[in-house]
Amino acid sequence: MAWELRNDRPIYVQIVERIQMQIISGVYKPGDKLPSVRELAMEAGVNPNTMQKAFGELERKELIVTIRTSGRVVTEDDAMIEKVKKQFAKEQIKTFLQKMNELGFGIEDTIRLLQNVKEEV
Amino acid sequence: MSVLVECNNLTKCYVPNMPAVEKLNLTMERGHIIGLLGPNGSGKTTLIKMMNGLLRPTEGQVLINGFEPGPETKKCVSYLPERTYLSAQKTVRDIVDFFADFYEDFRRDRAYAMIDSLQINPAARLKTLSKGTKEKVQLILVMSREADLYILDEPIAGVDPAARDYILRTILNNYNPEGSLLISTHLISDIENILDDVIFIKNGHLVAQTTVERIREENGKSVDAYFREVFAC
Repeated sequence: MAWELRNDRPIYVQIVERIQMQIISGVYKPGDKLPSVRELAMEAGVNPNTMQKAFGELERKELIVTIRTSGRVVTEDDAMIEKVKKQFAKEQIKTFLQKMNELGFGIEDTIRLLQNVKEEV
Repeated sequence: MSVLVECNNLTKCYVPNMPAVEKLNLTMERGHIIGLLGPNGSGKTTLIKMMNGLLRPTEGQVLINGFEPGPETKKCVSYLPERTYLSAQKTVRDIVDFFADFYEDFRRDRAYAMIDSLQINPAARLKTLSKGTKEKVQLILVMSREADLYILDEPIAGVDPAARDYILRTILNNYNPEGSLLISTHLISDIENILDDVIFIKNGHLVAQTTVERIREENGKSVDAYFREVFAC
């Protein structure tokens, strides 16, 4: 089926991450209408209740908003999207630093290495 | 959420004092897709046959929509048995007519839409079809009803992976928020993304009734991996 989902983590969490990524990377733009729960569940090959739960989570994070007449849309609050984007970037950096640490590079070493790589590219 | 199926102290002995299902207590809610999982000989088919009135409980009862299995429940339960009961001489079209005649809630358009997408020839006699195609025809018939409860006993075993995907999508598409779907299978990894709940049974006893998400959250593994651990030989 269409969506690649890992099988060791809750499905709704992975759906939340995926849609979040699509929002911060601009696949879905602020104010864009999202497909219905059923449509997206079909596309992903997951249970509609699971998709519903993921949407609930995205609403709680204020990334999507339900409008009575037109269904669910992406928030038009740019600051909100920016905030989630920064948060996501931070998580990526933390993971990266963790891996570098496992390789034996401290933060200062890592920054120096980053400088070197920057000059190469 | 209201209760659709209720098993109270449900017991079946084929031979006295050798229960295939013993004192089973469980409920299934409306609007859920439920996997009935257990090793061979754990009592899955026995439970399903009791739900469909093909076997009488030795003790206890099973209620569907508040009724014991009978004409009332057959109206609202769409059942795919483990073995076919359709006449091999009949054509696919004959059988669709037969179902349309027999069940008030049968949707002929839905059946033909699926027959068409799976490229099955409606004029073919059942005996000329391959094992997998025969299974597809039966599943189409069962899923073309607008039932409160669909009970599928090993629905995808003989079907190729591409058709399996199509069938799972069909199940999701025809899923009615008021109804429920009970699937018994060994092919857990193929279906676990579409399940809400799982029921694990072993030796006729309930081992666990939980949700797919809870298994993943609590154990950090898929239902398939968890099953292999719980039922390790």
